[in-house]
Amino acid sequence: MYNKIKLTLVSLLSVILISSASFARDLVITFDDMNPGPKAAFENAIAKFQKENPDINVIANNGDREEHKAAIRNFLIADAPDVTSWYPGNRMRPFVKAGLFEDVSDVWDANNFHEDLAAIKPTMTIGGRQWGVPYSYYQWGVYYRKDIFDELGLFEPNTWVQFKYVCDKLKENGITPITIGTKYLWTAAGVFDYINLRTNGYKVHNDLTAGKIKYTDPRIKKTFEYWAELVNAGYFLENHSSMSWQDAVVPFANGEAAMYVMGNFSVDAYKNAGLSYDQIDFFPFPKITPGVPRAEEAPADAFFIPTNAKNKRDAKKWLAFVARPDVQTEWNKTIGQLPINSKAQVADDKFIKQGFETLNSAAGLAQFYDRDAVAEMAAAGMEGFQEFMMKPDRLDKILKRLDKIQAKVYK
Amino acid sequence: MEQTVRFNENKRNYSENKLAFAPLYFLLPAIIFFLIYVIFPIFQSVWISFYEWDGLGEAQWVGLANYVELFDDEYFYTSLKNNFIWLIMYLLAVPMGLFIALFLNQVVFGIRFYKSLFFFPFVISQVVVGLIFSWFYNPNFGLLASIFLSIGLEPIAILSDEDLVTYGIIFAGLWPQIAYCMILYLTGLSNVSKDLMEAARLDGAKGLKMLWHVVLPQLRPATFISVVVTVIGALRSFDMVAIMTEGGPYGSSNVLAYYMYETALSEYGFRLGYGSAIATVLFFIMLVYIGYFLWRLYKNEREV
Repeated sequence: MYNKIKLTLVSLLSVILISSASFARDLVITFDDMNPGPKAAFENAIAKFQKENPDINVIANNGDREEHKAAIRNFLIADAPDVTSWYPGNRMRPFVKAGLFEDVSDVWDANNFHEDLAAIKPTMTIGGRQWGVPYSYYQWGVYYRKDIFDELGLFEPNTWVQFKYVCDKLKENGITPITIGTKYLWTAAGVFDYINLRTNGYKVHNDLTAGKIKYTDPRIKKTFEYWAELVNAGYFLENHSSMSWQDAVVPFANGEAAMYVMGNFSVDAYKNAGLSYDQIDFFPFPKITPGVPRAEEAPADAFFIPTNAKNKRDAKKWLAFVARPDVQTEWNKTIGQLPINSKAQVADDKFIKQGFETLNSAAGLAQFYDRDAVAEMAAAGMEGFQEFMMKPDRLDKILKRLDKIQAKVYK
Repeated sequence: MEQTVRFNENKRNYSENKLAFAPLYFLLPAIIFFLIYVIFPIFQSVWISFYEWDGLGEAQWVGLANYVELFDDEYFYTSLKNNFIWLIMYLLAVPMGLFIALFLNQVVFGIRFYKSLFFFPFVISQVVVGLIFSWFYNPNFGLLASIFLSIGLEPIAILSDEDLVTYGIIFAGLWPQIAYCMILYLTGLSNVSKDLMEAARLDGAKGLKMLWHVVLPQLRPATFISVVVTVIGALRSFDMVAIMTEGGPYGSSNVLAYYMYETALSEYGFRLGYGSAIATVLFFIMLVYIGYFLWRLYKNEREV
């Protein structure tokens, strides 16, 4: 009898112990960067979060970026994770409109993000509410071959006239001034964005991407006129429409081209192509219209909570964790990009430091054409830019077509 | 000739007529799958084309608005034009397949090895073929550029030229398609009756005359299937366009199948209604050919 009681007590205790171990809550996080740097940074952050939160069982999924873009429309509806990575600005708009992303303004309120993440806040905001938390962003600008410039006695151009002078000098010496690969279209949008931001300023650029100004507006035409000066003088790489941006790094690396309008993620590609840090340097895109405040492109990557998530409480913990200064410092040091929290520290890399200065002193941050403009407009616009770069005399026809599509899309 | 089992007034009930029902039982599983996976989705696609839907939220009824917009869309006309170019040029695979088959139809030691080599392009994935050809066409390091340079000409960037790009892609697509037609013809040639050839030779037929009047008529089934597959393949062409140019440069090599994907399922495409409208148009174009082929097939069966 006594033995039976002991047995019951022991089995009861073991059942309680076993079940309490499974009281850890599951948190499913879906990420989309398999490149070695970002992957390692993500895994480190997960490990740190797990250590700080032993009662949460983090299940981290990492997949291919392109697949993620296709799969997200599926998994937001059926079998949603608790957290997913995606892009802010107009890229998140379709999901916000369809009610598939959770409003996380409470996370912003609770963690003082309105102040610390002030520069990036407009991008994460639709209708006065915040829909996600960013974890990184990076600058765009002009990367150039310092050694070629030094050889030819050239300096970093500050104004449009100086820029054209530099291009001319390079062309005289048989070097393609600007390399570019437009097979995947978005690289041409980078050039358009910068020329437009420098010609007309942040507000006009935003109005254009929001559909409030037409493409045939004289101010936008002026942007294309400046662009045409470069295209008609043959300053861009030949046959760029059959090359991806990685293909276009080849002439940059072997000295056939000297400048590249790119984002900071390209530095890794230059290093892999064999260039050393002394050979490359960076300058922000030159001024065009004097007096226009300098706005920059700074696309951000962010995390969002699907409305069909099961564990929103812990998902919000992850969002708060991701934007913390110490986590930001560590994460962005690994991937060579900039922290979005103004209280975080920047890595000791010459491009990061220059990028940090450039973006901190910017009058406005654009998110890149395909995130600022509505999806269908972005696709048509980028095709128009590529066509313009190959056939600049078709400008009027292209602009009229873009207007037609804009009227349809933004109605 | 087997007699077909017909309903007979003398056999009144079901159990006596069971044999007549037998073909239906055997066909039933296939018919059910066909209905669920082919017929029903066709109607569903046409139904979706009357809505404006982004795949995520509510669908909005717009009636024929998508079609009205389609007929005002210049990308649609470019795609349509390219589809017709594909249709006409792709049919070159049929005679070229025939000639290679005629060439390989000899009893020479090791001819089977050569036959398998010629068939190889069809075995490789179309995506791989597209990728290799896009490297071939690359104006900087491609083989075509080297050939041009070696004869002293400037290399042309075929995939960047809005006029040449479609032809460049079709050329890449012809490579596996010729292999396919060749195999069909090789099989057909092995069934050509030797007696007829002997008789024709005795009558003095030689070379081209022999080919046209004696061999080709016997190859009619092979020709029929080659043309059907080639036409369907040309109208369906997606892999090549997607991998080589993504419809570029700026939409010049777009075809209906890829345009449909672009507007409905791609990164910047959230318009399933519009994509369905394009798919419906493509379906009706195909229906013309499919209807014609089915009618021919039915007529042949009836004659036999």
